[in-house]
Amino acid sequence: MHQVEIATTQDTLLDSPEMVLNMGPQHPSTHGVLRVILKLDGETVIDLDCDIGYLHRGMEKIAENRMYTMIAPYWDRLDYIAAVSNGLVWVETVEQMMGLAVPPRAHYIRTILTELNRIASHLLWLATHALDIGAVTVLLWALREREEILKIFERQFGARLTCHAWRVGGMPNDAYDDFESDVRQFTGNFPKRLDEYETVLSENRIWLSRTVGIGVISGEDAVAIGLSGPALRGSGVAWDIRKARPYAAYADMEFDIPLGENGDTYDRYLVRLEEMRQSRRIIDQAMDKLPDGPVNAKLPKIVKPPVGDYYHSIEGPKGEIGCYLVSDGTAQPWRVRVRPPSLINLQALKQLCLGHLVADVVAIIGTLDIVLGEIDR
Amino acid sequence: MLLFAPISFLDELLRGFFSPETIQHVVWPLIQIGLIVTLVAGWVAYATYLERKISAFMQARLGPMRVGPWGLLQPIADGIKLLTKEDFVPEKADRWIFFVAPYIAVAAAFIVLAVIPFGPDWAVVTDVNIGLLFVLAVSSVGVLALILAGWSSNSKYALLGALRSSAQMVSYEVAMGLSLIGALMFARTLSLSGMVNAQASDSVWFLIYQPLGFLIFLVSGIAENNRAPFDLPEAESELVAGFHTEYSGFRWSLFFMAEYAAMVVVSAVAVTVYLGGWYFPFVYQLTEAKGYHNLYVIVSLLVFLIKLGAILYLYFWLRWTLPRFRYDQLMDIGWKWLIPSALINIAMSALSIFAIQAVDGWRGIETIESLSNGLNLTTTGKIMMVVMGLISLGVTGLLLARINWRSRDFNLKSQRRNIRLVNLPQGKPAVAPVGEI
Repeated sequence: MHQVEIATTQDTLLDSPEMVLNMGPQHPSTHGVLRVILKLDGETVIDLDCDIGYLHRGMEKIAENRMYTMIAPYWDRLDYIAAVSNGLVWVETVEQMMGLAVPPRAHYIRTILTELNRIASHLLWLATHALDIGAVTVLLWALREREEILKIFERQFGARLTCHAWRVGGMPNDAYDDFESDVRQFTGNFPKRLDEYETVLSENRIWLSRTVGIGVISGEDAVAIGLSGPALRGSGVAWDIRKARPYAAYADMEFDIPLGENGDTYDRYLVRLEEMRQSRRIIDQAMDKLPDGPVNAKLPKIVKPPVGDYYHSIEGPKGEIGCYLVSDGTAQPWRVRVRPPSLINLQALKQLCLGHLVADVVAIIGTLDIVLGEIDR
Repeated sequence: MLLFAPISFLDELLRGFFSPETIQHVVWPLIQIGLIVTLVAGWVAYATYLERKISAFMQARLGPMRVGPWGLLQPIADGIKLLTKEDFVPEKADRWIFFVAPYIAVAAAFIVLAVIPFGPDWAVVTDVNIGLLFVLAVSSVGVLALILAGWSSNSKYALLGALRSSAQMVSYEVAMGLSLIGALMFARTLSLSGMVNAQASDSVWFLIYQPLGFLIFLVSGIAENNRAPFDLPEAESELVAGFHTEYSGFRWSLFFMAEYAAMVVVSAVAVTVYLGGWYFPFVYQLTEAKGYHNLYVIVSLLVFLIKLGAILYLYFWLRWTLPRFRYDQLMDIGWKWLIPSALINIAMSALSIFAIQAVDGWRGIETIESLSNGLNLTTTGKIMMVVMGLISLGVTGLLLARINWRSRDFNLKSQRRNIRLVNLPQGKPAVAPVGEI
């Protein structure tokens, strides 16, 4: 991390030295405790540096001192907006390392609920992104839809945000009685509501002028930085782990991957909206095909993966959530490492922001869709 | 004559204490001023309630519901909270300027109310013959308060907010002043009461003759008030709270009052100049003929308030619907769109007046000659005016499109791209090269 250089010499009276502006850690639109140090010439960003770590909780170290089954609730607190997806990557890593065969019904319910979680996460992104650009009403509309999903989570998991969703080997309990009707009701109403948001934003002159051509990144650069998720697909790179390395029940699902062209904020916006539509498609298919049967595999009393290391990743709402696990054969992992999509996506911030105005920095932080709980761990 | 009674009673009561001259020049104006300041301050308090309720209505929620029935006492609770809060001053702030700035803001907003004709007769505090000029001059003092507040706070966010606001308010003031000139040429007076009379005598709203002027005035008025979508000086998501980031308690509420009072001022000017002010059809026949003078004034006052409310609702509506402009886009709109169109509007208004005078002069009718006669337009003249108003809209549109043709922001829809949907084959763990699929 390099330091922002401050011009201290003032040669003439009319010389205009750069201003260094500390954005955050307490700021309405840095999406948590991100501190962005901006060097400004007027309002134009000429240099930028991120300071992170305000939310560091030592997740990976804590994981070294817990049993495999005890680690899962910690994983919910990484990306607290997508707790269900985070939980999934942990249990799947352990299951695959142990070679456990998870029953298909569990796989399907996992698919449904992770896709619901993707929609919830994207809705929250839409809400805050629109709020950053000044469209306040979209915030509450999007939260209204997210509420429906959180109600389903609450009935299924007993918690709304940090739902300890999965267990190693399957699920804590089967889907609740009205699960199908609740999900169907949501998926039935959802496209209409999404179109409603589009009427407010997609064709809006101000929205277009604030997002088209802002924060452009080419596909090559996006791959070089290691972007993943909608931020990568917005630049036109066709890469989705749900297709490339299908997990859960994604191999049986029929869905399309939306790709942007320009790699600007507007493309990423469209990609995320389309992803929500595709998620709904996946949920409907999984609901139709939902098999009967148990939701739990038979597990040993103490979960002990064999000696070795393993990497597994899934397509989270924000990008590739990975988990690298080294086991020494005991009941506790020897080393755990998370690949947080937000942290790696944040690395593009400087490249995206240089030359833009302060108002665009806010829009670009929004379009990268970062969560500080995951960046700092 | 119940409506007349209280006022004559008050008049007789005052005659016991003061000389008639004192009553006419000091006591009555003081009563009027007190009434207007109280009413506008009350409006400011309840405007916050209204805004919260209206935004709640737009956002599928309830808004304040807890304090009093339907949350009606919420503004009072807020007021008490603000008055009892700590009046915090940053350590390195320029204390005196920091203290004075909010008062300048409030004063600039409230003084303008003196020349606004809320109704005929006693509903006007004072009718200055340079009313419109006074409005523009005094309301532009408000920008000083913002600059001082931002500068004295010793905070970078406040400073940026102040810089933005000074640039914004100065540029939009130009467009605002220019947009009024068209209406001025019709009315032939700067007095705001004269404006209303000019419209009333011809039974018409200047909005019909000056659609372009009204649009420009409204847009630049909203920008002048720093309201969304032009609320850059206090853009919450970028500058925390802009120029009043460091203010708290009472001083913060003064800025808040100034903002809402300035909204009332701009809407009142828009109503007076373009929407016929307190005038409404049949007002003379209905009331004055039968001698119900106070009823006439009060009904006119209500009409004015309803028109005012309509424009203020527009403010709220825009705020909760549109995203915010960026600083450079804001400047583009001010200098590349509004000011040229205001200039075109002036030219077109002059042209239409000239044309009508030529036509009517040929027929031996005096049109738009003196104030006492009103506009005195013939039916053909009226139709010509409306047509010219529409033509000026079209001409402006074409010219501006030509001027701004090459700018990036002009044709955004052609720049937007649709996304592609790709059905990837499964289990191919390789990144597809860009643009190949």
